[in-house]
Amino acid sequence: MSAETAFQRPSPLLQVRGLTHRYGPHIGCRDVAFDLYPGEVLGIVGESGSGKTTLLKCVSGQMEPSEGSVEYQTRDAGLIDLFRMSEARRRLLMRTDWGIVYQNPRDGLRMRVSAGANVGERLMAIGDRHYGHIRSEAVDWLERVEMDIGRIDDMPHTFSGGMQQRLQIARNLVTKPRLVFMDEPTSGLDVSVQARLLDLIRGLVRTLGIACVIVTHDLGVVRLLSHRLMVMKGGNVVESGLTDQVLDDPQHPYTQLLVSSILPV
Amino acid sequence: MADVIDHPSRTAATDARTTSGYNFAYLDEQTKRMIRRAILKGVAVPGYQVPFGSREMPLPYGWGTGGIQVTAAVIGPDDTLKVIDQGADDTTNAVNIRSFFAKTAGVATTDRTVEATVIQTRHRIPETPLSENQILVYQVPIPEPLRWLEPRETETRKMHALEEYGAMHVSLYEDIAKYGRITKSYNYPVRVNGRYVMSPSPIPKFDNPKMDRMAALQLFGAGREKRIYAVPPYTKVKSLDFEDHPFTIESWEQSCSLCGAGDSYLDEVVTDDKGGKMYVCSDSDFCEQRRAAGHVGDGGDSAYATRDKIPSGDEQ
Repeated sequence: MSAETAFQRPSPLLQVRGLTHRYGPHIGCRDVAFDLYPGEVLGIVGESGSGKTTLLKCVSGQMEPSEGSVEYQTRDAGLIDLFRMSEARRRLLMRTDWGIVYQNPRDGLRMRVSAGANVGERLMAIGDRHYGHIRSEAVDWLERVEMDIGRIDDMPHTFSGGMQQRLQIARNLVTKPRLVFMDEPTSGLDVSVQARLLDLIRGLVRTLGIACVIVTHDLGVVRLLSHRLMVMKGGNVVESGLTDQVLDDPQHPYTQLLVSSILPV
Repeated sequence: MADVIDHPSRTAATDARTTSGYNFAYLDEQTKRMIRRAILKGVAVPGYQVPFGSREMPLPYGWGTGGIQVTAAVIGPDDTLKVIDQGADDTTNAVNIRSFFAKTAGVATTDRTVEATVIQTRHRIPETPLSENQILVYQVPIPEPLRWLEPRETETRKMHALEEYGAMHVSLYEDIAKYGRITKSYNYPVRVNGRYVMSPSPIPKFDNPKMDRMAALQLFGAGREKRIYAVPPYTKVKSLDFEDHPFTIESWEQSCSLCGAGDSYLDEVVTDDKGGKMYVCSDSDFCEQRRAAGHVGDGGDSAYATRDKIPSGDEQ
């Protein structure tokens, strides 16, 4: 599937060039460049402190990078630099065309309002003022992420970790975004719940054709989900390529170390 | 030492009427200028919360410190002041604020809505329609309508600036999901002039439609939160709602036991310890004017002829 889109070479959805972010004298990430095409899933792996999350925050517009550009293919005006567009436009983009799934569901959900309102919030934010419609959309999306409809009026804090994560996904997908950023979406969940969640994400990404940037330290996650892979170490991208290629034939010593340090089951 | 500036209309006559040692209407003239500037900005941008340097006032926060600062800044020696608390002129808060301005500004005070030029209010808008010659000053405890879902002030300001008001409907959604209807009954959020979402202060939603295109200038003062905002005369004020769950106001099966009004906001008054109760207009002036004009209610459960005879509790 990725090969097909790659051959046709449509214009990229996200174009990152020379992205560097410094925290004072420290380097967060250095000179990162990549293209992301519609429907493509890009994995970013690396150990803790390698700059993965810094990179994700910069490309998702949550943090302005020290140098470099992040250009997004808008529906009406072509490629526009995120940090040159008005803040109003960037925030509108973030809550309509994009989704961000946080590692900790508490960062991405409103914990004090019901699951249904969490899903409906984005619809209300873009001007939906019909309760019946918002409600039926919420029901539909909770079904799609395999949640119990009977719990639509329950508070998110009464949900298990896996359910909170699925609710976060439903909340993001309700506006049919073209691009979703995920920061360690499965860490902190036990393996069987992880497997079901990964299966769900894979299914949704395939059927909806969403482009996705997934940051994780879990090579199993990227093996399952991503088409392409970037390996980071100390703020630098040390290796990138097709997922299978990188994982099965790692070239850089650090990637080799990373791949060999997976615990065999 | 800076010279003390007196109120421009200060005369021997106003001095004679007021308590000595204070400037006209308590606040010094520089403070009033600062507050007037905030008011003008508020009028220019309807519904926008203008920060101002709120002063310590001789009453506790929550009792109307914002309201009396606004009143002090707009009142002049020729004004007639009315103060309402929960619709009534004879409650502690209203009596105190009225006597405060009688002492420090020497202005005439009244209970009658039609006679007043400045009306300071807490929790109600008078039932009698207001005119272009009147100013309505609201006491506001929490001016920020977005506060309940966003605790950061920097963020709520940004939300106002970018018109990100979708989250306001989340609370209405929650009401309908839980109770089948919007249950918020006071401090019901409104959109002013199609732009800013504004907290109307804790008035019942019954009063929200009166704010829409009101002839009088409406000023809002929040002393503790240091914010002033305004709705100019004849400005559109729309209560937030859903298309399939439109905004509605409260209604009662009863009418006022004293004056028989069927279209006013009613208070339930317990009259004995045997379940007896009566419904009376919350707006005491409105009720009195109607009774003076000959309207009579059914007298309620215990048939009290006038409001003055509501028992104090130990009569039974």
